[in-house]
Amino acid sequence: MIKTDVVIIGAGPTGLFCAHQLGIIGLKCEIVDNLDKIGGQCIELYPDKPIYDIPAVPKCTGEELTNNLIEQIKPFNFNFHLSDRVQELKNENNKWLVRTLNGKEFETPNIVIAGGVGSFEPRKFPIKSVEKYDGKSVLYSIKDKTIFKDKSVVIFGGGDSALDWAIELSNSSKVTLVHRRDEFRGAPASVQKIKELSDNKTIDLITKYSIKDVKGNGILESVEIKSESGESKVIKADYVLGFFGLIMQLGPIAEWGLNLDKKTIPVNTENFETNKKGIFAIGDICTYPGKLKLILSGFHEGALAARGCFKYARPDEKYRFEFTTASSTIKDRLGVKE
Amino acid sequence: MAKIKYIEFNGTEHEADVANGLSVMEGAIQNDIPGIDADCGGGMSCATCHVYINDDEWFKKLPEKEMGEDDMLDQAFEPKSNSRLSCQLIVSDDLDGLTVHMPEKQV
Repeated sequence: MIKTDVVIIGAGPTGLFCAHQLGIIGLKCEIVDNLDKIGGQCIELYPDKPIYDIPAVPKCTGEELTNNLIEQIKPFNFNFHLSDRVQELKNENNKWLVRTLNGKEFETPNIVIAGGVGSFEPRKFPIKSVEKYDGKSVLYSIKDKTIFKDKSVVIFGGGDSALDWAIELSNSSKVTLVHRRDEFRGAPASVQKIKELSDNKTIDLITKYSIKDVKGNGILESVEIKSESGESKVIKADYVLGFFGLIMQLGPIAEWGLNLDKKTIPVNTENFETNKKGIFAIGDICTYPGKLKLILSGFHEGALAARGCFKYARPDEKYRFEFTTASSTIKDRLGVKE
Repeated sequence: MAKIKYIEFNGTEHEADVANGLSVMEGAIQNDIPGIDADCGGGMSCATCHVYINDDEWFKKLPEKEMGEDDMLDQAFEPKSNSRLSCQLIVSDDLDGLTVHMPEKQV
């Protein structure tokens, strides 16, 4: 059981800056994120896309913004718990007991939900019949590639994951790559390689088709694909892999008894507290009149939520407002030598 | 200003007057029309504002897809050759009378 002042859910820019504000006012926090890296949507969706509306930063990419925020909170040495997800919350004696998917436990008076639009999960095949093979012979990520040796593998998708795995597995498996159109969005070198492998018959490349059904008797035997005009083909398959990118799911957050408005959480704009005492929501996941889904709004929301957390983390102390330019206490916390 | 018709997968029709300059996606969100999620808020990075343009004439008349829209559509639910991301369809008088059909679901 880890005892802390605040658990932050989400390591995107909003969660990171909130951590900074907590550090500045002398609170400790632990940060949990479902992704295997820090940065949230900035890193997962647009690491290379320039952002033009961060105050005083005329232009930066999602990756640069993330790296700068990581740098900014470095003095505080906060722990990150990546590839993990907060699953359960329980309230006991005005403390929240937090449990993650990987079994980590936290005790904290405050939880800050900075979860964006939820957690990223692989987009799955849109058909019902694949569900019983999910995780066994229908996969959306690869942990152990040796299981495919000498097997028939049908890969769906047109991005880098699909192309890279088609190339990689073509060494030791019979690979069929199926994509809904002729163009691929993967790296040009990979696209070139796929075309070569297709030309010399190392892989079967089928475009303008998508999945229709999977067949098998407990064990997957084949996959049926269809074209938009209705033609279909059946391909022998021991494994079916789908690489359609990631979608965002609210996940367990929806089950914590928080008021929800569509997929967002209404908050009090004084401190960004939700309807549950000690649970705050900031960034894209919170809503209030006039809400803008901008990173800069998330920064502001994080700063106020941090002060809201102070009240519950230090009930016997009075919060004192200080400037970083003037306060020696803050400079000590930042490890700044004058 | 353009009148845009949004038809849900179950056939329910909605009509909205959408101001020039807004996207077809924003027209749906601002009028509480269900069937378009728009998780990323119009950043062309989520494919949850996916619609079909069933009328071929209209499909051809729409502004062409910019780089990246098809890449995003690869990740949509049941993309077809008449698929568009509604966040990329910017409303002008020319779009008056456009009908968009929603897919069965967005994710």
